[in-house]
Amino acid sequence: MLGILRQRVAAKFNYALNFEQGIGSVALRAFSSSANKMTVRDAINSALDEEMSADPKVFMMGEEVGEYQGAYKITKGLLDKYGPQRVVDTPITEAGFTGIGVGAAYHGLRPVVEFMTFNFSMQAIDHIINSAAKSNYMSSGQISVPIVFRGPNGAASGVGAQHSQCFAAWFGSCPGLKVLVPYSAEDARGLLKAAIRDPDPVVFLENELLYGESFPVSAETLDSSFCVPIGKAKIEREGKDVTIVAYSKMVGFSLQAADILAKEGINAEVINLRSIRPLDRSTINTSVRKTNRIVTVEEGFPQHGVGAEICATVVEDSFEYLDAPVERIAGADVPTPYAANIERMAFPQVEDIVRAAKRACYRSR
Amino acid sequence: MGSWLARSRNIQYLLKRNICFFDKTHSLLHANSSYKTLPPYETPHGFCASVLSFRRSESTMAGKQAQADDDDGNQSIEFPGGRVGFTTEMDFISEVTDKRVPCYRLLDDDGFLISGTTFEQPDRETAARMYESMLSLQIMDTIFYEAQRQGRLSFYLTSTGEEAINIATAAALSPDDIILPQYREPGILLWRGFSMEEFASQCFGTKDGRGKGRQMPVHYGSNSHNFFTVSSPIATQLPQAAGVAYSLKMDGKEACAVAFTGDGGTSEGDFHAGMNFAAVMEAPVLFICRNNGWAISTPISQQFRSDGVVVKGQAYGIRSIRVDGNDALAVYSAIRAAREMVVREQKPVLVEALTYRVGHHSTSDDSTKYRSVSEIEQWRSTGNPMTRFRNWVLANGWWTDEHETELRGTIRKQVLKAIQVAEKTHKPPLEDLFSDVYDKTPSNLQEQEKSLRETINKYKQDFPADVPL
Repeated sequence: MLGILRQRVAAKFNYALNFEQGIGSVALRAFSSSANKMTVRDAINSALDEEMSADPKVFMMGEEVGEYQGAYKITKGLLDKYGPQRVVDTPITEAGFTGIGVGAAYHGLRPVVEFMTFNFSMQAIDHIINSAAKSNYMSSGQISVPIVFRGPNGAASGVGAQHSQCFAAWFGSCPGLKVLVPYSAEDARGLLKAAIRDPDPVVFLENELLYGESFPVSAETLDSSFCVPIGKAKIEREGKDVTIVAYSKMVGFSLQAADILAKEGINAEVINLRSIRPLDRSTINTSVRKTNRIVTVEEGFPQHGVGAEICATVVEDSFEYLDAPVERIAGADVPTPYAANIERMAFPQVEDIVRAAKRACYRSR
Repeated sequence: MGSWLARSRNIQYLLKRNICFFDKTHSLLHANSSYKTLPPYETPHGFCASVLSFRRSESTMAGKQAQADDDDGNQSIEFPGGRVGFTTEMDFISEVTDKRVPCYRLLDDDGFLISGTTFEQPDRETAARMYESMLSLQIMDTIFYEAQRQGRLSFYLTSTGEEAINIATAAALSPDDIILPQYREPGILLWRGFSMEEFASQCFGTKDGRGKGRQMPVHYGSNSHNFFTVSSPIATQLPQAAGVAYSLKMDGKEACAVAFTGDGGTSEGDFHAGMNFAAVMEAPVLFICRNNGWAISTPISQQFRSDGVVVKGQAYGIRSIRVDGNDALAVYSAIRAAREMVVREQKPVLVEALTYRVGHHSTSDDSTKYRSVSEIEQWRSTGNPMTRFRNWVLANGWWTDEHETELRGTIRKQVLKAIQVAEKTHKPPLEDLFSDVYDKTPSNLQEQEKSLRETINKYKQDFPADVPL
């Protein structure tokens, strides 16, 4: 049940990767999906399983999702359970299977299309944007597209430029799409179930390095009707001195940064966005009005990024409440390099978040 | 797989019952034999030394024959993908063919039946309706085109020269078949009952009709007519058709997806993806390529170097046929047969309809800039699909010149009236700017609409007075 853990990742990238929210550092248990803990991988797998079981129109499509049990073992066991008509191994053509998924959705099926990573979604981007996102509008409501595009997004480790880009801002700028960014197992389960049930096209951006991470889950989360509302951010940690807004893996980093800041007397509030589009501007602004300072964190490129949009919304709606300029942490504005040392420099680290929060807090001095 | 076989038997039974225009003198239900009576696919001839060695390489191309030839294990090799016969002669399959794949036609250039063929012909009522629809399409195109030229419409594109493909295909399909058009197939909507008023509504972007003013002209769409909304990017509908077909297959429906493209569309990556995937998934898609010689200003010679599009079918393991697209009778017959194969055998078929784009690509194009006026005029007169079919229905006593004159007048008036009405009809209300982006309008769009209304109320002079709020 552990799935594939990336040991080299833990060694190279961030030694505190296994840090869990609200619980002290605990080694991963051998049976990670005991009643109160679940890996993100199992969360996604169980969500897919339950939704496919509940609705015969739901089916999966992608490279290696069937016989291989999924490139990252996310779809493990689904082929055996549901058969090749509902778990479809596709030839290597993102344009092909995305187009097919869109067409199937036009006619009322509910496909879940997996991209091996969202970097490869670029080969299918026309179908996602020009067809899936815009069809309901262009057809004046006649053609709805209840499709989910899912797969790992953002940096993995040591995979270079064409396997490491974060596409949250790209998809987030497109009307007609919903864009979700789960962090924890609860997020993954609840948001994926909501996405599959949603009549609109949803882009579901997972993170490869989070697949193996375990999170505590409540009994409610494990229930098959569990859903998390789309468009609502979650306050992972309440605070009053500075707001840190992040999504996906950066939420984990932000929580670690918050612990470090707490030791220095700065009480940080950490917001897990969960949803890029629609963006929960209300939660962000309410928090800023409380703390008066904000730091945004993302792995993606800085220009036209998610942080830029958050900054705009805060300046538009809560300008008088800001006591310091908005701090934006993002990945370096370069195609991701391979060598471990410079790769580390290309992405935000916990220390970067700590320094930014401190700047936000002492800027007025 | 068992359940699919049972369904295909049911399909055959139900097809026998449901086909209305079925000519009982020619049984098409044994399509396996009927496609063999059509001129067989000619394999390309290579520039090789001996005929014998060529035959062996020929046999490597048709997999089943290789197994028959190679009874002793020495003659063939087992590779992933199957057993393949081998040869010690190095023969390259030639890139050019002496003889192109022949084109199926029933009427000659003047519209007289070429003797010696059996085919399924439309009955009197259908044939008359077909010709009338071709007439309607032609008149609609002419008047809408003129309206654009007069500045009353922003854009239009005609199907001039392709009336037979439009109407004969529509007549040969079932109304349950789902159409994924490119953009030069409004005749299918016409056949299925889309009114002139609805065409005009879409083109003028009025509040009536189902378009809500969302798309530029000719981007029609109608769920109730099983015609998916036209989408501008070329060939995206091809893999999508495979998806629709997959959905039909899962539902066990006796219908197929029908995807159109032009010659230019076959250059898109989506053509390859759609064809390949439909073949692999055994999706019931009928691919129809309108090879009209031009993709805006790009002639065939710059589009591909193969023998047209029909030869690509075999490359994907898809049964294919080339038909004279200007011969309404041949198109009707071929599409009937192809559709039946697709639905009964639950696999894709490719039909290449050769024709000529008599009109400009669209109102944004002046094709005399890249082709000669004499070439255009020649196609407008010789082998014109309307004239040929008309001569055939006249010869059968199913049509008269008087009826035509009267009909032309009626249709013309109808189209003109539809345009006049549409021009005066209000555009969609403000709320249609924000609806249908998502299934339910989200709060941020509701706020934007509210904010916009407030702005309009405050600064009325900055906004047009005739846009309904």
